[in-house]
Amino acid sequence: MAMIEMKGVSKWYGTFQVLTNCTTNVDKGEVVVVCGPSGSGKSTLIKCVNALEPFQKGNVVVDGISVDDPKTDLPKLRSRIGMVFQNFELFPHMSVSDNLALAQVKVLNRPRDEAAERGMRYLDRVGLREHAHKYPGQLSGGQQQRVAIARALSMDPIAMLFDEPTSALDPEMINEVLDVMVQLAQEGMTMMVVTHEMGFARKVAHRVIFMDKGEIVEDAKKDDFFGKPRSERAVQFLSKILHH
Amino acid sequence: MFASFDWDVIQRSLPYLFKEGMTFTLTLTALAMFFGIIFGTLLAMMRLSSFKVLSYVAGAYVNLMRSVPLVLVIFWFYFLVPYIGAWILQQNEPIKVGAFLSSVITFTMFEAAYYCEIMRAGIQSIPRGQVWAGYALGLNYWQTMGNVVLPQAFRNMMPVLLTQTIILFQDTSLVYVLSITDFLGAASKVAQRDGRLVEMYLFVAVVYFIICYLLSYLVKRLQVRIAVPGKI
Repeated sequence: MAMIEMKGVSKWYGTFQVLTNCTTNVDKGEVVVVCGPSGSGKSTLIKCVNALEPFQKGNVVVDGISVDDPKTDLPKLRSRIGMVFQNFELFPHMSVSDNLALAQVKVLNRPRDEAAERGMRYLDRVGLREHAHKYPGQLSGGQQQRVAIARALSMDPIAMLFDEPTSALDPEMINEVLDVMVQLAQEGMTMMVVTHEMGFARKVAHRVIFMDKGEIVEDAKKDDFFGKPRSERAVQFLSKILHH
Repeated sequence: MFASFDWDVIQRSLPYLFKEGMTFTLTLTALAMFFGIIFGTLLAMMRLSSFKVLSYVAGAYVNLMRSVPLVLVIFWFYFLVPYIGAWILQQNEPIKVGAFLSSVITFTMFEAAYYCEIMRAGIQSIPRGQVWAGYALGLNYWQTMGNVVLPQAFRNMMPVLLTQTIILFQDTSLVYVLSITDFLGAASKVAQRDGRLVEMYLFVAVVYFIICYLLSYLVKRLQVRIAVPGKI
């Protein structure tokens, strides 16, 4: 069953086309890695899934609900899709625990103490329970990203989107974040992950989507993608990033 | 040369100057700041709106207010508000607004234009990703503004907002054109009654200086205190 379906999605910035006829889907429990050279439209594509980026053609359906239908309750739909950003985007003026509680209280109308308790549980899960009272600025990049993942999880999402979650991190902090993501994948979370971490892709991805110049060039099972990529562009891309 | 001055006039008129004059000045400043910041923030949100009509209306308002002298605006509102009020309430007679309410409305409307530009810069200083993060969590526009963007924008802009308020505090003295008894107005009434212009106006200047200087100092102190932990 497809959790996320994208059909013929095209997007323009003025006359510049950033996405061309992108079609793919992500099944329930599937982990799909999106890769490709910078400027290929990966981040834009993943932001179309929860309509942070509007698109002009095509349609996106998440859990049976059309994202671009004007009648869709977008905030409600978005609250069911977790998203993790490249620059963490924790709210710097709130403590970690308030970051976790905000949307639970405002969007899901959970009582404050229930939200706090649930937040703590997820904070514990990413190994940051003792940092609950701190402010994001007092944490390292890796810790902030783990808090961001906990924040998304505390909304009980049906799927998670990751937009280059490790590319703003110092090398020594990448693994602590990837470990959390691997664990999540192994528990059966539906995930769409934009990343250059091919180790992560090899380990947990079911499928790999390769994008270039706004197009989905390749959409293949993981082993097929790494074993025998069909397109010349994917071969070139892999040779560039796997050689060191 | 100071022999011919009578400094006692200050002491004699202190209760009048402060109880009537300064109370009015401070009340007007506080009210105009409070409503001006609210209205200014709304204007800023309109200016940044993707609805073109809203942003043009707000832009036109701000530019108009910023290009007319304050004294003129004070006159305008003083004479116009009763008629506008009558029009809104569908009455034939101009409504009675009174100098105080009229000046609160005037200063709110005028200062809002300046607060708007400050808040606009403040809102624009918040990275787009913060808005995205709010939306991605399911917050709607108003929740994202109220919980994520505006608190940060206010914090970033607090020193400028307060500095603008100090200017507002000084500007309130212009209500003397409506012969309202603000601090300057009170002093000038005493000055003319007793023929002690130099003494009174000197005293007024000193008081304004002390208050504004102290406020500026407090703004600097506050800036350090409200800094978000871990943020430089």
